Amino acid sequence: MPRPTRLKNTRSDDDQFQLRMVVAYGFMVLMFIVLISRFVYLQVLQHDHYMTLAQNNRISLVPTLPNRGLIVDRNGVVLAQNYSAYTLEVTPSKTGGLDATVAELGKLVDLTPRDMKRFKKFLSESRNFEPVALKMKLSEEEAARVAANAWRFPGVEVKARLFRDYPFKELTSHVLGYIGRINQKDQDQLEEDGKTANYRGTDYIGKTGLEAVYEDDLHGTSGFEEVETDAGGRAVRTLRRTAPINGNTLKLALDIRLQELADKLFGQRRGGLVAIDPQTGGVLAFLSKPGFDPNLFVDGIDSASWKGLNDDWQKPMINRALRGVYPPGSTFKPFMAMAALETGSIGYNDVRPAPAFFTLPGSSHQFRDSNKRGNGSANLARAIQVSSDTFFYKLAWDMGIDKIHPVLSQLGLGSKTGIDLDGEATGVLPSKEWKEKRFARYKPEVRRWYPADVVSIGIGQGFNAYTPLQMANGVATIANDGKVFKPHLVQEVVDAKTGKERRIEPQPLRQLPFKQENFEYVKRAMQSVLKPGGTAARIGVGLQYTMGGKTGTAQVVAIKQGAKYNSSAIAEQQRDHSWFVAFAPVEQPRIAVAVIVENAGWGAAAAAPIARALFDYYMLGKVPADLAGQLTTIKTGSVDPNAAARAQAERAAAEQETTDATPSP
Amino acid sequence: MQPHPLKRLWDFIKEPLDGWLMLFLGLIYVLSLFVLFSADNQDWGRLTAKFGYTVLGLAVMWGLAYMRPQLVMNFAPPIYLVGLLLLVGVALFGIVVNGSRRWLELGITRIQPSEIMKIAIPMMLAWFFQKYELSLNWRHYLVAGLMIVVPGALVLKQPDLGTATLIMAAGFFVMFFAGLSWKLIIGGLIAFLGSLPIIWNVMHDYQKKRVLTLIDPMQDPLGAGYHIIQSMIAIGSGGPWGKGWLNGTQTHLDYIPERTTDFIFAVYSEEFGLVGNVILVILYLLVISRGMMITARAPTLYGRLMAGAITLTFFVYAFVNMGMVSGILPVVGVPLPLVSYGGTATLSILVGQGMLMGIANQRK
Repeated sequence: MPRPTRLKNTRSDDDQFQLRMVVAYGFMVLMFIVLISRFVYLQVLQHDHYMTLAQNNRISLVPTLPNRGLIVDRNGVVLAQNYSAYTLEVTPSKTGGLDATVAELGKLVDLTPRDMKRFKKFLSESRNFEPVALKMKLSEEEAARVAANAWRFPGVEVKARLFRDYPFKELTSHVLGYIGRINQKDQDQLEEDGKTANYRGTDYIGKTGLEAVYEDDLHGTSGFEEVETDAGGRAVRTLRRTAPINGNTLKLALDIRLQELADKLFGQRRGGLVAIDPQTGGVLAFLSKPGFDPNLFVDGIDSASWKGLNDDWQKPMINRALRGVYPPGSTFKPFMAMAALETGSIGYNDVRPAPAFFTLPGSSHQFRDSNKRGNGSANLARAIQVSSDTFFYKLAWDMGIDKIHPVLSQLGLGSKTGIDLDGEATGVLPSKEWKEKRFARYKPEVRRWYPADVVSIGIGQGFNAYTPLQMANGVATIANDGKVFKPHLVQEVVDAKTGKERRIEPQPLRQLPFKQENFEYVKRAMQSVLKPGGTAARIGVGLQYTMGGKTGTAQVVAIKQGAKYNSSAIAEQQRDHSWFVAFAPVEQPRIAVAVIVENAGWGAAAAAPIARALFDYYMLGKVPADLAGQLTTIKTGSVDPNAAARAQAERAAAEQETTDATPSP
Repeated sequence: MQPHPLKRLWDFIKEPLDGWLMLFLGLIYVLSLFVLFSADNQDWGRLTAKFGYTVLGLAVMWGLAYMRPQLVMNFAPPIYLVGLLLLVGVALFGIVVNGSRRWLELGITRIQPSEIMKIAIPMMLAWFFQKYELSLNWRHYLVAGLMIVVPGALVLKQPDLGTATLIMAAGFFVMFFAGLSWKLIIGGLIAFLGSLPIIWNVMHDYQKKRVLTLIDPMQDPLGAGYHIIQSMIAIGSGGPWGKGWLNGTQTHLDYIPERTTDFIFAVYSEEFGLVGNVILVILYLLVISRGMMITARAPTLYGRLMAGAITLTFFVYAFVNMGMVSGILPVVGVPLPLVSYGGTATLSILVGQGMLMGIANQRK
């Protein structure tokens, strides 16, 4: 019976119903088989895959941080240490609402505008699921208050964190540098070096100074805890842990007492000072004035302080000892003397004129002597003693740059010393090639070396430019008869795990093939500088040990022909720099120093007294009477300064939990 | 000899109940207690509550099993009409929760009328077909279709795709057993597949997201895909034998969302493995098989249609829930029959089973 549209089947109702039941039942069984197949796929075929995922879900590796290594001076006085303090940390993704949470927290702890600014900055630098410090160094009371209310604040934690502290602040700023929070640039560098794994969980990294150079030693090796975590990221229990290995302790050659004394001797004046042990190349004092407080950088410096440091006309952020290049003035003369003797340009007793001025043949230009009456005539030693300019003008003119350059280059001038700090300046030891290169973009007349260029170079002016570090190392090289050391601040690295000390062996880079007599001659000449008739005779009064030195005055502005230099008449910043280089004792030198006091005038007036006082302390333990009360590192009146240092070291060691870092007495 | 009074009470209670169904449902229920105890972190709170509402549900079930289906049947039109009115009420005055208008505020309590329609639609249709059994023609199917589509559309508009699908499926099962033409079924299926693009366009974003998530959960592993991924990890890591009762790491470390309700199957699956899954599926299949037997033996058209629809609906719940938790169906809020925690869901299952037992008793 064909009907066009039928909604009901025509077969007998019972048959029809039976069929539909079979179809329905078959369909359901089939669907259940599909379901079982799915389970077989997930639970048998893909079991391993999902098991791994479940384990990954469950177990997370939480880095445990090593304590950053200490930095101590040669006597074990702690210069950089860690202390524990509570930090309030917020993980933005876990809070119900960041702003509301922060506002609520503000009722429990005192959040200063500085804290908020820093928090915003950190937020912008970190990812949503990372904890960000809201307030550092909570008081005990604040920490307790937050802990008691913790249940109200998901994603908020109070953690005990280690902070870096530089107890000597400005005094060590240019040596130690500072650590700071790892930024994107640091992160990229870590990735490039394949060190990211070791820095998981580490917030800080050495930015400058020794903190940066010895980062690998100081950081240590992160440990890991295998922690079972729930979906909220909370640790449920620890399954396994690998302990971190703390950072190694750096033991410096530097003596903080000497450093502090040098700092006090400078007072408010600007400049740099480097003292080196000529027998090892160990740096005994390394000062750049003014310094800055590195502690400001550890928590992230606020913009006002940062601006203050950068805008300061005294440029406290510039490491003058390492990066300041100055014409050496007359401190250059002993080096010139070495060059003249080594090249046979002059004999020990050759007497030459030392008049009031020197003129080049066929020129009326007067190269004047600093002694306006001149010094009559002199041999080389006498010319050093009285610092005769005209003698050295003539000497330089006679030698020519090609004889001067190679010898001075071997003495280390105009090249990096290789000290264990980053960013050392090269300075300029002039040569024809150097001038050609330096003025490559200028006209040939500018690039060309003129014979007259050498004249002012003879007295340490002209193109000459060296760092205090280079000068100190150069003097040390002369003092130890031509052993060129690579100066080093760090003397030992004390392994945090084994307590073994790895000495940075004093390795002479090279022994100069110069004549021993020449060294002796120049050293004697330098000794005579501090004797009656020498430019620093006043400094040598009452010396209880032998000492050699050379004064220097570096011109900041050129003096016009015929004009008279009058220090009181010109602005302070245009006054000459005061230089002094020295070593002691002459027979078996134990210390060599280069001091520059910016805009302080004549060398013997400002720089030389600093060197003398420093030496008196180093050789005899004598402290200038007027500074006696101000020196915190030196027990006043003590003839055995080591006793005070030991006491200090022991106290500092007792404060430290890291027993590995205890300095050997 | 007069039997002991307790024995008489036991006989009275047992009399309307179907032994096989009680056995299979009982086994599922016992399993569910163990799973819930584990899922609820070994807390007795939910377990006690579940026990409480089960007693209530069993009472209702017993009552329905005790009543003659012909009597129950007569309640179909009023229940359906009230349900429909309430749905209209929801559309007009409903409360919006989580972006859906599903609830109706009745002063003392809130109700979700779509839950009523889950049972009201098949009842109404079975009653309707029974009433016109002897004069059935195509018009009746059309009217029946409207009786499904109108409430279905109202629920769909709330929007609640899951419940709309379930209530319309229940209605469709009745029509299917009532002899709806195969041509229409197959034609309808083709038309449905053909209209999928249109359906896609009218779907809400969250619904689209669920479907996309199903296709590739990894697209949004911390967002929409999170539930599926975590439950699949739970099932897969359970392996053939399971991690053992109370030992599921996914469960106890909070990775499984909604682990006492919609996703409780993931908890079960992680701790009892493939073996446990097969046992549970077999138990469900046994319930369904018994339901189909009752359907086959039902003496009246209403009985057959109702029993068939209840059984198929039961299957759909079980299948859709396990399918969604194991990642082959989109995430729709369907509980696992008798296992998921929740009074309403358990009640609606037990109401259905009670009616089924009532129908089973009818032939005696």
